[in-house]
Amino acid sequence: MTALPVPVQGSTVAVVPPQGSPGRPVGWWGMLVLIATEAVLFLGLLSSYFFLRAQAREWPLGGIKPPELTRISIFTVVLLASSVPLFWGEHAIARGRMRQLRVALLLSFVLGLAFIVNQGVEYRDLTFGWRDNAYASAFYVITGLHGLHVVVGLLMNLVVQLKAWKNRLSAERHLTVKLFSLYWHFVDVVWIFVFSSLYLSAHLR
Amino acid sequence: MTTIAQPSADAAQPVLPGEVEEAMERRWRDAPGIPGFFASVDHKKIGVRYMVTAFVFFFLAGVQALFLRAQLAQPDAHVVGPQAYNELFTMHGVTMIFLFNTPVLAGFGNYLLPLMLGTRDMAFPRLNAFSYWIFLFSGLFMYSSYLFGSPPDGGWFAYVPLTEKAYSPGLNLDFWALGVAFIGISTTVGAINFIVTAFKMRAPGMTLNRMPMFVWSILAMAFMVIFSVPIVTLASMLLEFDRLFGTKFFLAAAGGSALLYQHLFWFWGHPEVYILFVPATGMISMIIPTFSRRPLAGYVWVATSLVAISFISFGVWVHHMFATGMPALAMSFFSAASLLIAIPSGVQFFAWISTMWHGRVRWTTPMLFALGFLLIFLLGGITGVMVAVLPFDWQVTDSYFIVAHFHYVLNGAVVFPIFGALYYWVPKITGRLLSERLGKWSFWMMFVGFNVTFFPMHVLGLLGMPRRVWTYSAGLGWDGLNLLISIGSGVFALGTLLTVANLVWARRRGAPAGADPWDADSLEWSVSSPPPHWNFTTIPSVAGRHPLWEGAALDEHREALAGEDDAVESMGGAGALTRTTPITGGLDTRPERLLVVPRETYLPFVAALGVAAVFVGMLVDAALVGGVGVLLGAIGIVWWGWRTEEDLV
Repeated sequence: MTALPVPVQGSTVAVVPPQGSPGRPVGWWGMLVLIATEAVLFLGLLSSYFFLRAQAREWPLGGIKPPELTRISIFTVVLLASSVPLFWGEHAIARGRMRQLRVALLLSFVLGLAFIVNQGVEYRDLTFGWRDNAYASAFYVITGLHGLHVVVGLLMNLVVQLKAWKNRLSAERHLTVKLFSLYWHFVDVVWIFVFSSLYLSAHLR
Repeated sequence: MTTIAQPSADAAQPVLPGEVEEAMERRWRDAPGIPGFFASVDHKKIGVRYMVTAFVFFFLAGVQALFLRAQLAQPDAHVVGPQAYNELFTMHGVTMIFLFNTPVLAGFGNYLLPLMLGTRDMAFPRLNAFSYWIFLFSGLFMYSSYLFGSPPDGGWFAYVPLTEKAYSPGLNLDFWALGVAFIGISTTVGAINFIVTAFKMRAPGMTLNRMPMFVWSILAMAFMVIFSVPIVTLASMLLEFDRLFGTKFFLAAAGGSALLYQHLFWFWGHPEVYILFVPATGMISMIIPTFSRRPLAGYVWVATSLVAISFISFGVWVHHMFATGMPALAMSFFSAASLLIAIPSGVQFFAWISTMWHGRVRWTTPMLFALGFLLIFLLGGITGVMVAVLPFDWQVTDSYFIVAHFHYVLNGAVVFPIFGALYYWVPKITGRLLSERLGKWSFWMMFVGFNVTFFPMHVLGLLGMPRRVWTYSAGLGWDGLNLLISIGSGVFALGTLLTVANLVWARRRGAPAGADPWDADSLEWSVSSPPPHWNFTTIPSVAGRHPLWEGAALDEHREALAGEDDAVESMGGAGALTRTTPITGGLDTRPERLLVVPRETYLPFVAALGVAAVFVGMLVDAALVGGVGVLLGAIGIVWWGWRTEEDLV
C-alpha cells in the first residue's frame, strides 16, 4: 500500500487508505442483529415460564408429569450435531469445494429433520393439550416456537442446497451459506436453553 | 470554540458534464408510473412515504382527540357514547404511538441517515421498502377495524383480564393484538437496517465520534427497538393465543398471571417512550447548533447520555405498575432507576442551553420549536421525577395528572421536535423553503394551545379527576378547566393545520432553498435540494465533526486513490455510475468493500403482502387466507434470498 497523507483535524482532508482485510459483508451484520432480537424473544418466553412457575404451588400444574428426559436428550445431541457439518461445509465452499458443501448441507438437513419429526411424535404422545393450564400453554408455545425456527431453518437449508446444486455459489460468493449457518447455529444454541428450562429444570424440586 | 460559518456546500460536489449526469440518472431513477411506485427501493422515496403516511395517521389521531375533548368539554355531555369513547381513546393512543411517532421518526431516519453519513443508500434498501409496506399494511389492518364496527377498545395497553375473550368477545382486541405484532415486524426490520447502516455505511473518515448527533440518536433508538420490541410482540401474541386458541397465559384460574402481561407490556412500553424521545432529542441536537452558529456543546457527553438513557430505559418499567402491589424492595429499585434517568436527560438539557448561551442565536421557526421543546420537556421531566416517587405516584396514578405528564413528554417533547425538523429538513426534501411567517404563527398557536390543553390537566388530576372516564358530573369543580382544555386543544389543532397549509403553499411558491439554506454543518447540506437519486456524486471524505464548517474540499483525495481498490473507486463518480457505494469499517472508518445498491424490485411488496395475508388469516380464523399468506411471503423471501449473491458482494 502506498503512503498516503495522514488524517488531520481541521481544514485538511483526511485521506483514508483501504483496509487490508475486507471485513464482513453487511448481510452478516444484519443477520447478527436479527439473531439478537430473536434471542430476546426466547428470553422473554423463558422468563415468562419461570415467572409463572415462581407463583405456582405445584409445577408442572394440574398433576402433569415433568417431561420425560431420555429420548429428548438423544435428540438434543442430534440437533446439536447438525451444526457440525455446517462448519465443515462453510470451510469447504470458502475453498470452492461444492460437492463437500452439498454433502454437509444434506447431512445437517437429515439431522434437523430427525429432531423435528421427534418433536411431532412427542406432541402426539403428550397427555395434555395447550388449553389445559398455563404450564401446558407455555410448554407448547415455547417448544412450538423453537420448532417453527427449526422448520424455517430446514427450508433455508433447502434453498441453499438448491443454490449449491445449481452452482450459484462460489468460493468468492456464498453469503447465503454464511447467513444460513449463522441462523442454524443460533437455533441450536437456543435449544440448549429451552431444553435446560423446560426439560431439565422441571425435574428440580 | 468560536462561532464558525464557512458555507462551502456549493463547492462540495463537482459539477458534472451533462451526459455523465444523464447516465447516472438512467442508472438510478425508478421506472415511471405505478410499477416504479411499488418497486422503488430509494431510501429518500421510502423516507418521504413513511412521513406522509405517518402524518395521515397523525391527522386521524388528532380528529379522535378532538372528539374526546368535545365529549369532555362539558359535564354529562353526550357527544359520543361510552363505547365510542373507549374506542376513541384507545385508537388515539395506538395511532400516536404505533402509527405516527415511531414511523415518522423512522421516516426522517430513512431519509436523512444515508445523506448525513455520506453514502448512496441504506445498508439494506430492499428491506427498507419491506419495512415501509409492513408499516402501511399494519396501519390499514388496524384501521380496517372501523369498517367492521369493532375498533380496539381496551386502552392502548390492552390490560388483561378485561381484554380476554370472556370479557371482550368482539374482534376489537384481535385487531389490536395482531396489529401490534404486525407493526413490530416493520419496526424491528427498520432497526436492523439503521444499526448496520450507521456502523458500516459511514463515509470514509467519519469515525463514530464524528457522527452527527441525529445518527447517534437513531442508533440508540434502534438498539432499544431490537431489545424491547420482541417482548411486546410476545405480550400481544400470547394474548391473541389466549383469545384465539384458548391458551391460559393470563388467566389466573388456570395458573396464568395478569401481572405477567403487565410486565411484558411495560418491559417494552417504557423503552418505547425513549424510542420516541431519543430521536427527537437527536433532531434538537442538530437544530440548536445550526441556529446558534456553533458546534454542539459537550458532544461526547450528549452521545454518552443517549447511550446511558437507552440502557437505563430497560430498568424502569415497573414504575408503570407501582399500584399493583409489589415488594417494597423491587419498587424502590425501579423508583431509583426512574430518578436516575433525570441525569443523562439533564446533561443533554444543559448541553443545549450552553450551546445557545455561547452561540449567536437566530430565531428561525425550527429554533422556536426547539425552544418550545425545551420548556415543555422541562415540565414533563419534572413531573416525570415526581411520579417516579412512590407515595406521589400512588396519589396521582390513573388520574389526569398522568395524562398531563405523558402528553408533555410524548406530545410536547416529541411532536414539537418533529415539527421543528419539518421546517428544518423539508427544504432539503422539496428544495423549497417554508414560510417563516406562517411557521411562526403555527408555532405560537401550537405552543399556546398545547399548554392551555395539557397544563390544566395537572390540576384536574390533583383535583381527583380519573383517566379514561367518558363523562363526569357537574359540580365537582372540574367544569371550567375541562372547557378550557377543550378550547386549547382546538387552538393546538389549528396550529398544526397551519403547518400543513405551509407545506402545501411552499411546494409551489416557497423560495428556492439551495443546497444549504441554514449554513449547517452536516453532509446532507453538501448536496443539492432535493438531492440527486444517488445522493453523492463523490462520496465525501470526512476529517471532522462539522465537515461543512471546516472548509474541507470533500473530494480532494479521489484522484490519489483511484484504481487502487474497488471500494475506494466506488467513492468517486464511478460508484454513482455503477450503483455501488463503499462499505467502511475499522476504528478509523476505511473503505472495506463494495455494496451494490440493488435495483428496484417487487419482492419487498410481495413479501409484505404475504405477511399481511397471514395476519388477516389469523384475524378471521381462516386457514386458507393464512396459508396463502405464508406461501406468498415464502415465495417473496426465497426469491429474494435466491438473488443474494448476485446483488451483494
